[in-house]
Amino acid sequence: MSVATFTVPTVTNAPVNMDGVEDKVSIRNLDFFYGDNRALKNINVSLYQGKVTAFIGPSGCGKSTLLRVLNRMYDLYPNQRATGEVRLDNDNILSPSQDLNLLRAKVGMVFQKPTPFPMTIFENIAFGIRLYEKMPKSELEGRVQHALQRAALWDEVKDKLGANGLSLSGGQQQRLCIARTVAVRPEVILLDEPCSALDPISTAKIEELIDELKDDYTLVIVTHNMQQAARVSDFTAFMYIGELVEFGDTTKIFTTPDDRRTQDYITGRFG
Amino acid sequence: MTEHTAKAFDGDLQDLARMVAEMGGLAEKQVADSVDALAKRDGALAQRITQSDSTIDGLQREIEEKAVLTIARRQPMAVDLRDIVGALRIANDLERIGDLAKNIAKRVIALNGEFPPPKLIRGVEHMTDLVLGQLKAVLDAYARRDLAKAMAVWRGDEEIDAVCTSVFRELLTYMLEDPRNITFCIHLMFCAKNVERMGDHATNIAETVHYVIDGRPIAESRPKGDTTTLATLKAAGDR
Repeated sequence: MSVATFTVPTVTNAPVNMDGVEDKVSIRNLDFFYGDNRALKNINVSLYQGKVTAFIGPSGCGKSTLLRVLNRMYDLYPNQRATGEVRLDNDNILSPSQDLNLLRAKVGMVFQKPTPFPMTIFENIAFGIRLYEKMPKSELEGRVQHALQRAALWDEVKDKLGANGLSLSGGQQQRLCIARTVAVRPEVILLDEPCSALDPISTAKIEELIDELKDDYTLVIVTHNMQQAARVSDFTAFMYIGELVEFGDTTKIFTTPDDRRTQDYITGRFG
Repeated sequence: MTEHTAKAFDGDLQDLARMVAEMGGLAEKQVADSVDALAKRDGALAQRITQSDSTIDGLQREIEEKAVLTIARRQPMAVDLRDIVGALRIANDLERIGDLAKNIAKRVIALNGEFPPPKLIRGVEHMTDLVLGQLKAVLDAYARRDLAKAMAVWRGDEEIDAVCTSVFRELLTYMLEDPRNITFCIHLMFCAKNVERMGDHATNIAETVHYVIDGRPIAESRPKGDTTTLATLKAAGDR
């Protein structure tokens, strides 16, 4: 049987040159270690301005680890370190001189389990804004409203901004977290399985939201749901045991991937 | 290729492939029988062929149902999705081939009592042999996912078209010679055209096989030899 589709896996870990897109984040020769365990191996990939990039792969392949490098979240833990270069615009964020608070304002993150603060809905949003900016109350209210509108939550909560954030449903809480992220005007938004804990309707609303957000932000999403990755992303990266196996246009990855491992994963032939 | 983690998915794809193979076998038989009935002027065989066409139509419906169900259940990607879309397209072409064979059989019944000269039938028989060869090869290529074999079928339609053109010219000559020949010549012309269309469907199947294996449509343009639309002859007395 001659199957003419697959190239022999070469070093796929070279940055791909794409036309018509700009690098927002450039990751070059990134290694990551949990103690002595090398969890990310020589990652080279670019995340493009105004586009959604999805990371897919089996459990333990390093997708969430990679995400947590992008806002230096691993700094909170001893024995975790990254080597190589991660440039956000022109700044290497792995450099010891990088201001971490500023980085985490520029690079927002939404987690799998919704994590609203135990405060009112209004305070959930205002808290982050107040950390970075001083402004009169009316302006603050305007910013909160805008963030909630951006997260497609305003209509549902405008009459109960004083209610506790935890009183919302799961889908609403997740949108509150997205609003909270958007409120501090980031440039990049990281989403780590944002819909895993949500029902189909909430999932659809958040996917719709991701589509609207990419006009203004660069988004990176980690997801176990292949169809979701195919629906929402412009580019997809397949990772396996700490390596970036294949990166490309989402349409190509899900219809005619180059690497056999990618095809095996997306067609459910893995394991 | 390794199996799916969900074995039932493999089962679904295998069922589809089996149904397409069964449909292909039936279509091949209908084609061979229809021209056989023409050569032997066998009205009873022709009747059986027209009735058997419903089995092919039934299989096409089954394939469509199975394909749609598999897409809904399994959310197939990449090669699996192309497999299923391929099965749908091939079933369509095979159903048309079955219809064309049935139309030939109907003309055998219509010709009842008329005796076209054997040499005219031989032209149509030759075309049919070529088409059956193409059909067998392309269904084999689909079953084995053999890209080279599919491309050979895709390029091989020229010969069938050329024989069709020469059959047309012969039939035109006969009709010009004697108006009493016109009825059976017209019927034979339709039969020849039907067989030529079957050859085109075989190349459609080859294009689908290419798409299933490669994920892209064929880039070249297909060599064609059908000039029947341009075939004319001067009548006696024409300058």
